[in-house]
Amino acid sequence: MSSIKNPIFEKGINLTRRRFVQGIAMGGVFAGMGLGSRSLLAAALKHQELQTLRGTDFNLTISEQAVNFTGVPRIATTVNGSLPAPILRWREGDTVTLRVTNLLRETSSIHWHGLILPSAMDGVPDIANDFPGIRPGETFTYRFPVRQSGTYWYHSHSGFQEQTGLYGSIVIDPREPDPVTYDRDYVVMLSDWTDEDPMDVYRKLKKLSHYYNFNERTQADLMKDINVRGLAGTWNDRKMWNRMRMSQRDLSDVTGYTYTFLMNGQTPANGWQGLFRKGEKIRLRFINGSAMTFFDVRIPGLKMRVVAADGQNVQPVSVDEFRLGVAETYDVIVEPEDDRAYTIFAQDIARSGYTRGTLTPNPGLTAAIPELDPVPNLEHGDMGMNVMDHGQHQMADGMTMPGMDHGQHQMSDGTAMPGMAHDQHQMSDGKTMAGMDHGQHQMSDGMAMPGMAHDQHQMADGMNMQEMRLEKAGSGGMKPVSLKPNPSDFSARPVQHASTEYGPHVDMRADAPQYRLDDPGVGLRGNGRRVLTYADLRNLRTTHDQPDPDRELELHLTGNMGRYMWSIDGVKHSDAEPLRWKLGERLRITFVNDTMMNHPMHLHGMWSDLETGDNNFLPRKHTVVVQPGSRISYRVTVDAAGGWAYHCHLLYHMLGMFRTVIVA
Amino acid sequence: MIKKTAIAVTALALSTAVMASGEDDPLLYKVMIDKLEVRSTDGPDPLVLDADAWIGYDLNKFWFKTEVEVTDGRIEEAEVQFLYSRAIAPFWDFQAGWRHDIRPKPERDYLALGFKGLAPYLFEVDAGLFIGESGQVGARLDAEYEYLFTQKLILSPEIEMNFYSKDDEEVGVGSGLSDMELGLRLRYEIQREFAPYIGVNWTKKFGQTADFARDEGEDTSDVQFVIGIRAWF
Repeated sequence: MSSIKNPIFEKGINLTRRRFVQGIAMGGVFAGMGLGSRSLLAAALKHQELQTLRGTDFNLTISEQAVNFTGVPRIATTVNGSLPAPILRWREGDTVTLRVTNLLRETSSIHWHGLILPSAMDGVPDIANDFPGIRPGETFTYRFPVRQSGTYWYHSHSGFQEQTGLYGSIVIDPREPDPVTYDRDYVVMLSDWTDEDPMDVYRKLKKLSHYYNFNERTQADLMKDINVRGLAGTWNDRKMWNRMRMSQRDLSDVTGYTYTFLMNGQTPANGWQGLFRKGEKIRLRFINGSAMTFFDVRIPGLKMRVVAADGQNVQPVSVDEFRLGVAETYDVIVEPEDDRAYTIFAQDIARSGYTRGTLTPNPGLTAAIPELDPVPNLEHGDMGMNVMDHGQHQMADGMTMPGMDHGQHQMSDGTAMPGMAHDQHQMSDGKTMAGMDHGQHQMSDGMAMPGMAHDQHQMADGMNMQEMRLEKAGSGGMKPVSLKPNPSDFSARPVQHASTEYGPHVDMRADAPQYRLDDPGVGLRGNGRRVLTYADLRNLRTTHDQPDPDRELELHLTGNMGRYMWSIDGVKHSDAEPLRWKLGERLRITFVNDTMMNHPMHLHGMWSDLETGDNNFLPRKHTVVVQPGSRISYRVTVDAAGGWAYHCHLLYHMLGMFRTVIVA
Repeated sequence: MIKKTAIAVTALALSTAVMASGEDDPLLYKVMIDKLEVRSTDGPDPLVLDADAWIGYDLNKFWFKTEVEVTDGRIEEAEVQFLYSRAIAPFWDFQAGWRHDIRPKPERDYLALGFKGLAPYLFEVDAGLFIGESGQVGARLDAEYEYLFTQKLILSPEIEMNFYSKDDEEVGVGSGLSDMELGLRLRYEIQREFAPYIGVNWTKKFGQTADFARDEGEDTSDVQFVIGIRAWF
């Protein structure tokens, strides 16, 4: 059934899809619409270089522009006629002035994603202070000091303009010498393009939520499963999902069926190209400027040394692959040792398509393009089930989580236990974990805290491991124990759902959401490659001087996939009161994902200091991916007064899964 | 009376539905021609339409449902329902309104109450209770499943059963289980929105309903091959 898993390589019958996914070789921004000869020339170049604007003073014009990525001419929303928008190159410490003129027939805006700046400059209409958006024909002048360095991006925060092309990258050179050395520097902006009107995409998802999912399991998968697991095994495997009316292939709402995935604005058929000389160190600044697409990125033949996440330096970690959530950025260093071409391969999380580029010493060379990975299935952990915790029947509500009793079965045949596998591995590699050798049940308690395994030093100085174990044993060994709230631990308290989470608008609640920092995520588990996880991220500089949180805030990501409704704590943005935070406080925010999708949560105006295991080296992010059925925590120093947006960065989720934050 | 009650229910519903909106929840509509098919029989082949449409928001909608059978240019059976639909559970909508049977004559009106949604194990279910004038009570269960041979080639078995509390000889309905229909349709989705199909449909009338049919010289049981299209927008 490779044709199902891998529609691109389907022969013959599906030319339409092939064209959609691959795009056309000459795709990109076309001249027309009264533009001058300069853009005509640019469009004629196969490997169109992205325009870079440098300095402190910028004029940006938002307008409509004819493009053609698939063979069908379409109208995009662009900045200075470019898709992606021009790269803005700033210097830390400068004050930049950006005059943004809106030539569209509707209100527009530009948000500087990840930038620490005054609310009035943040560019979210009606939420940022005194900013109603940029009306047609108007020019708005943004002016703010640049207080950070690294890789960021900018995009529209109005309507669906981001989907139609209004996104570009920002590179800020540090004032102090860069801790990262490199000979070449490329931005690699990944994005998703559709020929459809984004409103039509949204309508279709509301009418038929799996409209774009052409990787559902079929007859062929069933036969294969029955061959491998037998009839009973297959039934047991699928029973819970079918009972819950959930698809294990619900990986991405919008796929390569409509999307052409772009790398620096180039279609996969065309392919972006970056040149190098053998032995050089190349810095690649990956930015996910997609509306809806998570990308899994690798460069076969090259190790990638991750040196920054969301623009902020991290302790270098060498990986084969990383997952780039929507709106996240990673900077990596690669050092090709051979005089040959390498493919930068970015497949979407649903394995419905890819985009690609080439690093090459010679413009004439390309490298092989890998096949898409097999389409993965979501696993029990992705539903927020503690797969080890088979004794519990805390799901009185049969709709929420039937089938907990299959945990044991799952365990015995060793399938669907991602978290478990990782943790066991980590435990067995020599770390002392007295008390963990008491068999499965004992372990299952320990496993309610997967963070534990990779966080021993923290435990050593923060918590008493022995005490915790005894406390758990004392509780009868089966129930999660309420540990004393200690903001610096990975306490897995029993999860509580607000009353607003119950109703027709929420189809799932995770009752045993796990910290899964070391879980690379669905489709990347055990793939034989070293995949970056959040557990790998440690700030380059110590964060030990940052204060402990003053208070904790738990937010649940909720939705109903079938009805295509998204919310936080079961309340959508238009019905929600703003979150009111106190200027100067330090917050600890814990997300619980009560859905089966990844949600990249983006807080404007303030850093998200992600708890990845070592509180002395908290990496700073602006966008944090909350894996399906998981929980994750970060800290926020509330140091920016005004109105801020806080939302899921999936474009078709954010209308509902959104909060206004007011800091005063 | 029934008609008035039904209209009152829908009117009340209208006021609730128009209040709910927001940019995340735009007013949408959907028209679904579930079946438009020709059935092969011994006599003239009937043309059957089974369609519905809704307009509304995430949780509140108005539904229209219809089933029409035309044989030899004559409408043999025609039923319409106008319903207010409110989501009451993650996978279930409660629907209430007016069912009007235009054919066979004489026309009949019912207050319609029902649940429509997705049952565990992914069965699409539409279960309705119909309260008619003169105390007639009808019930209908419709369940459908989709089995994917491929992403586009889909087999859907379907069952429909009708029950009535009383004989209604004028329209040929008897008390108890009056009729049952089992269908098996294989469609190919050229697009999500458009799929031709072929299939087989087995119908059987039971009890008094069967007797009424026999009196009219009709078959009480039939196996038909069907060919049709499924489309929505």
